[in-house]
Amino acid sequence: MPEWRIKKHPILSIHKRKKIGFYWNNQKLQAYKGEVISSALLANGIHVFGHHIKDNAAQGIFCANGQCAQCTVIANGIPVKSCMTKVEENMIVESVEGVPELPKTVDNFQFSDIKETETDALIVGGGPAGLSAALQLGERRIKTLIVDDKDRLGGKLVLQTHKFFGSIDDCYAGTRGIDIATILKDDLQKHKSVKVWLNSIVLYVFSDKKVGILRNGKSYAIVKPKIVLNAAGAREKSLVFPGNTLPGVYGAGAFQTLANRDLVKPAKRLFIVGGGNVGLITAYHALQAGIDVIGVVEALPQCSGYQVHADKIKRLGVPIYTGHTILSANGNERVESVTVCKINDNFQPIAGTEKTYECDTVLIAVGLNPVDEFYEQAKQAGIRIFAVGDAKEIAEASSAMFNGKIAGLEIARECGREDKPIPKDWYQKASILKSPPGPVTTPNYDSFPEDAITPVFHCAQEIPCNPCVSVCPKGVIAIRGDSLLGKPQITDNQCIGCNKCLFICPGLAISLVDYREDKNYPTVSLAYEVYNYNYKKGDPVLLTDCEGNSLQSALVIDTIINKASRKTQIIKVLVPKEIAKRIAGFKIQRDEMTLPRKGIILQDMPDAAIVCWCERVTAGEIRMLIKKGIKDLNQIKALTRAGMGACGSKTCENLILQFFKEEGIPLEEVTLNTRRPLFVEAPLGVFSNISYPG
Amino acid sequence: MNFENLVIISNFDLPTIVSSGDAGGYSNFVFIHSEELGNAPWDKEMRTFYDLIVIGAGSIGVPVAMEFAKKGQSVLVIDSLPSPGQGQDKKAIGGIRATHSDKGKIVVSQRSIEIFSQWKEDYGDDIHWKSNGYSFPAYTQKDEDILRDLMKIQQHFGLNIQWLSPEEYRELNPGINMEGLRGSTYSPEDGSASPLLFTQSSYFRAMEYGAKFKFKETVVGFHIKNNKISSVRTNRGNYSSAHVLNAAGSNAKEVSQMAGIDIPVKPDSHEAGICEPVKPFMGPMVVDMRKEASSINFYFYQISEGQVVFCMTPDPPIWGTDNRATSLFLPMIARRMIKIMPMLANLKVRRTWRGQYPMTPDGFPIVGKMKELDNFYQAVGMCGQGFMLGPGMAEVIYRLITENYRSDDLEISKSFDPYRDFKDQEIFK
Repeated sequence: MPEWRIKKHPILSIHKRKKIGFYWNNQKLQAYKGEVISSALLANGIHVFGHHIKDNAAQGIFCANGQCAQCTVIANGIPVKSCMTKVEENMIVESVEGVPELPKTVDNFQFSDIKETETDALIVGGGPAGLSAALQLGERRIKTLIVDDKDRLGGKLVLQTHKFFGSIDDCYAGTRGIDIATILKDDLQKHKSVKVWLNSIVLYVFSDKKVGILRNGKSYAIVKPKIVLNAAGAREKSLVFPGNTLPGVYGAGAFQTLANRDLVKPAKRLFIVGGGNVGLITAYHALQAGIDVIGVVEALPQCSGYQVHADKIKRLGVPIYTGHTILSANGNERVESVTVCKINDNFQPIAGTEKTYECDTVLIAVGLNPVDEFYEQAKQAGIRIFAVGDAKEIAEASSAMFNGKIAGLEIARECGREDKPIPKDWYQKASILKSPPGPVTTPNYDSFPEDAITPVFHCAQEIPCNPCVSVCPKGVIAIRGDSLLGKPQITDNQCIGCNKCLFICPGLAISLVDYREDKNYPTVSLAYEVYNYNYKKGDPVLLTDCEGNSLQSALVIDTIINKASRKTQIIKVLVPKEIAKRIAGFKIQRDEMTLPRKGIILQDMPDAAIVCWCERVTAGEIRMLIKKGIKDLNQIKALTRAGMGACGSKTCENLILQFFKEEGIPLEEVTLNTRRPLFVEAPLGVFSNISYPG
Repeated sequence: MNFENLVIISNFDLPTIVSSGDAGGYSNFVFIHSEELGNAPWDKEMRTFYDLIVIGAGSIGVPVAMEFAKKGQSVLVIDSLPSPGQGQDKKAIGGIRATHSDKGKIVVSQRSIEIFSQWKEDYGDDIHWKSNGYSFPAYTQKDEDILRDLMKIQQHFGLNIQWLSPEEYRELNPGINMEGLRGSTYSPEDGSASPLLFTQSSYFRAMEYGAKFKFKETVVGFHIKNNKISSVRTNRGNYSSAHVLNAAGSNAKEVSQMAGIDIPVKPDSHEAGICEPVKPFMGPMVVDMRKEASSINFYFYQISEGQVVFCMTPDPPIWGTDNRATSLFLPMIARRMIKIMPMLANLKVRRTWRGQYPMTPDGFPIVGKMKELDNFYQAVGMCGQGFMLGPGMAEVIYRLITENYRSDDLEISKSFDPYRDFKDQEIFK
């Protein structure tokens, strides 16, 4: 059986891991020790984890984040979330066909007391925001507990192989997310007052001011905090279209977990819905994982993500279709193709523009929603509560880190451990760091000199980012007005060709044009991070301009990668001066690869699309009730079960609200689902702290 | 026949205004589509008249509305919440039994069971009725004695209830803790249904029969004239009716006080929860009547969809209507459930919630006509049994208000008499 694993990766190190055996529906398979069951299955090419009781629909990975229960399998007789449960030697794993049997137990058991832990501050989530806040609290020796549901700190930083934006001083700009996670984690170890509970999920903030926490899936702990900081991050939004629950359709964030954390290669041909930063970055991550990216559709006329992210993947040969939407994911038990089409100004599909692309995976990257439950619960319980990062407002991780620092100080002040007020300019900077990208302009290539050696900036949009300015040893690069938001310019060209700006630019939007040897045939240096597609001296490359338009072929004359380059490779080519400054990259995906298939697949059953994954409630059922005049989501739930499943309406509620909008019903007239404990399901045994002696 | 103004309220689809001049001698003939009433500008000024106004669209209010509408009476239900069954009704775990110890409750529940069990046949909607029965296992001599004594009374009333040996009981509920088990009662004709589906189904049927519902509308007072409620005042308008029924559940006392009548209804909180679905493994509902630290009894069963639902009675009672969850409930119920059925340990809890039993001092509902006001009725204080009593009680209430008494109604009503002394406790609640 072929192994669906990433064998080489330009950024992530692939360590040797111990192989173990496990059984999947009586078939012996191999896994790596320490990996979760879902990744072990996907690595073996298994995407269908069971079938739903209601309509026998195939079930597979969805959030890969422990939030839903789509990936449930039966492990040694007990239904578990495969994305949160580690595979064990000789584990018997079975698919869930319909409803599982009552899980097995041992008769000989004992209960033990539930431990109560007091802390000054409880931080929910050890991602960029939570860790930054914890560092501030640790510096002031405030008793702090971080709980995080994963087995290592860093949150989604550990999935980010790309370099971060922002500024070096405020949020490690130019450093890869995964490396920032290590820096923050190491810094935190210096602080004795900060404790960390990994593999720990907050189940609820109860009205008696106690927080119930599930630890290692096995035991229950109560924490009594004085202050809670919700830094629990975000969850991915989804979309309603026929085929939206086929195995192979899941969130871009889920994909990042599979590829960049678990080093699984869950796809061969990938299609992405959504041209925000998450969708664009994920396309890039997929290329680094050796997966073909067939296309990205974005409904808006322009990608909402950073232009440099979009350009980066376009140059590599990934088409981005703006003004397009997904019509359906097609396939039987697995995605086999995707049908997309153009949309008009009212976001309605334009008939006749449909195209079908063959692919095995469709990633949904249509935005995030804050995980705000703990904030609401703490507020109701009357605990002092703060929120930060995506749990408060969706923004870049750079913003999360800076705001985390502010939140940490605010909490320190609340604890009486910090007298100094928070500098006013911090709040200004915080708002700059989360500012959306400005309008796109065209790079003005005439402004760059054509003698000596010069950096050329292909970055034509105001975004909060300036590491190139900070890193230039000669002060060649400046941003007008000293704002983080401006576009870099050359002031006094003393460039020595040190490549530092190429190495650090998160957008890979700087090239170096060297006219010193031949004015008419300058050498162009390009930054490259997808060298799992390896180009050596003498290899031909198809050069493109900033936006990925092919210019001409050239031979690689040299490549550089060293310690200083921090995993960014330099590829050098010799080109005529007429195009030298316009060259911004080269294609690694051939155009033929991304063409649509002959014959369009049209599924004309929009009402069959699923809205509630857990209970498999269709769009048709929900729309009918809304048309009947029902405006209480609790009534919709009572009638259809939408929102009644294991995930607790984490995905469907927002989709249903979208239907109300489509029907022209003001959302203030709509009653939301009553939110109740628990955040995720937990076994009865856990709450009694059961153990089985012998 | 010559009327100055005639307003016809109907749910037939006709043009809003048929004629505004000459219609069979009426000088002003306005036809209002009933669904538009809520939005009609004259709704506030004009007192439309109903046979019955019900306050509360819960486990009593909705079946009552359906019963009245079905019998051709005009009925309006007013509820402050956004849709039917959103108060305590949806918090019921769905158990339905006739095995009480009082004639009134038994007769009403037996009729309820008939209605629940035939619902799908009669109305086409699946309310997940399941005839799984109830069981009260006994682990002490004292409990066994109480249950066996009670069983005699219940059998005397003609109820199908029997005593099972521990081994017989294990056949029905495999996995039950046999250690110290002395046996169990078993009443196979009791059962369960989904309160959510039942209330929604009754609501839509009630509307089909012509009942009107006003949601997100709060009763703020009554106009009282000549010893009668002449109209019900809400935050949006006034409504008049021949009769007014208080079916306001946890808010019953406050509603009654607006009419100047004090009733001894006091809500206390219970917590409940539901697990993930698994294949059927359980038979009857298990009611564990043993008292433990912080809880009196608790009960659980497996619903037809495969989920185990459970509920616990705290000790001492938690009075009030605070619906927020405390950290105490889950550890407490988890231990109790695993102790009585150890194989539940790996079953995952999906959701928990807190709701109220609108309690009366003796544990019996208050249903009947008020002496103080000629047209004011109570159907309150269901003590956590509103769902199971609901459909049967709706018929009793119909007969009571319309004075179409059945031969045993007088005896039944005695159990629920608003003017009883509230001293006797039901032997086993």
